[in-house]
Amino acid sequence: MTKIGVLALQGAVREHINALQESGAEAVSVKRIDELNNLDGLVIPGGESTAMRRLIDKYEFLEPLKAFAKVKPVFGTCAGLILMAKTIEGQDTAHLELIDMTVERNAFGRQKDSFEAELHIKGVGEDVNGVFIRAPYIMDVGEDVEVLSIHNDRIVAARQGHFLCAAFHPELTDDYRLHQFFVQMVAEKKKVIA
Amino acid sequence: MLKTGTDRVKRGMAEMQKGGVIMDVINAEQAKIAEASGAVAVMALERVPADIRAAGGVARMADPTIVEEVLNAVSIPVMAKARIGHIVEARVLESMGVDYLDESEVLTPADEVFHLNKRDFTVPFVCGARDLGEASRRIGEGASMLRTKGEPGTGNIVEAVRHMRMIQGQIRKVSAMSEDELMTEAKNLGAPYEILLQIKKDGRLPVVNFAAGGVATPADAALMMELGADGVFVGSGIFKSANPEKFARAIVEATTHYRDYELIAQLSKGLGTAMKGIDISTLLPGDRMQERGW
Repeated sequence: MTKIGVLALQGAVREHINALQESGAEAVSVKRIDELNNLDGLVIPGGESTAMRRLIDKYEFLEPLKAFAKVKPVFGTCAGLILMAKTIEGQDTAHLELIDMTVERNAFGRQKDSFEAELHIKGVGEDVNGVFIRAPYIMDVGEDVEVLSIHNDRIVAARQGHFLCAAFHPELTDDYRLHQFFVQMVAEKKKVIA
Repeated sequence: MLKTGTDRVKRGMAEMQKGGVIMDVINAEQAKIAEASGAVAVMALERVPADIRAAGGVARMADPTIVEEVLNAVSIPVMAKARIGHIVEARVLESMGVDYLDESEVLTPADEVFHLNKRDFTVPFVCGARDLGEASRRIGEGASMLRTKGEPGTGNIVEAVRHMRMIQGQIRKVSAMSEDELMTEAKNLGAPYEILLQIKKDGRLPVVNFAAGGVATPADAALMMELGADGVFVGSGIFKSANPEKFARAIVEATTHYRDYELIAQLSKGLGTAMKGIDISTLLPGDRMQERGW
């Protein structure tokens, strides 16, 4: 069975662990660097990206996370997507810089503008319930990035190699198709590494 | 097709705050310190609870100038407090784009009979609760997040501990009940039956429950996480301490790593004086904010 960690510095950790388990993977929370050992993949959950980044810096998580991502799949939702982006609109620096894309934070507005919408996600399915909470979106992607979903002309899910990201929160619904997609990515990568 | 203000969106917003610290601030400068220290949200106020207590009189919604100043200063979510039952204060704050409203006993109640019908609003609400009956009534009215009431502005954790232990104990009791006992329990608690049934099935509240009201040190924050809090509100504890920035950072880290006692020892070294605090037994009954609301 594949073993997938959920970065547990802050945010919706329990929901991701549940969704991964429902998708047939073993799931554990990751609070310390040594807990990255023996994982086949990692989820970076939704939460507040500024708060997570401060804790990443405080515990010198940045380089170990980058090293992990060189060989293992990573899936980021909402704040996790922001942490994975190479460029953040209006900011001079980014975080893990895993996916060649430019993202804008809180791009759909404040909480009162948060919404649910049905999405089509390439390779995943139709009518996926997307829960967008103070969500970012992807403004632009590099040529190696595959756009997986567009909502109102805005890119809301993408994949580059073994990296997957979503601007919304699949972990807040009972629809586990996107998690199943990621678990499949992790299983395939594990075969290649072995 | 595009739906705003759904339960999922309102409760989900609070889910994203889990494991984090929400800090009371009274201006842009404090809000920026809170954000840089790793706060997951700020509560924009005119005065922190300790100063509300000292000032006496009627405590109302903050001056919108302050709320606006804080909204413009940070990228993290901004919360604000409305008086219990004050429909217009809540609507005014909602119209300003505040991300979360606290229908709060820290302010003087505007209605002594009815809480707000929070289902009417697009903006989500957090409410205080001392026991499972109160928690269930607030959820029934549409609260998307709960917090302990504690005793605000005292720097004394004892009431928050009482409320968290009470709620956790009652959840365990309800979970172990047979379904035919549940209606009587709902009557005794004054809790909506359907919500109690859901709590029984899930073994937990359907919304997140933060600790609030008396958190003054990193160890206090870690204690509340140990007792089952999903996160922590710190009111007067940060900006009434000798060194707000250090306190803020230390409380954030202690909340994340609440079982790493060596780390909490490190964090607690040389922090300077915490807020002075008040022994609860010295408070007159009328000064106990937790008695407001029902």
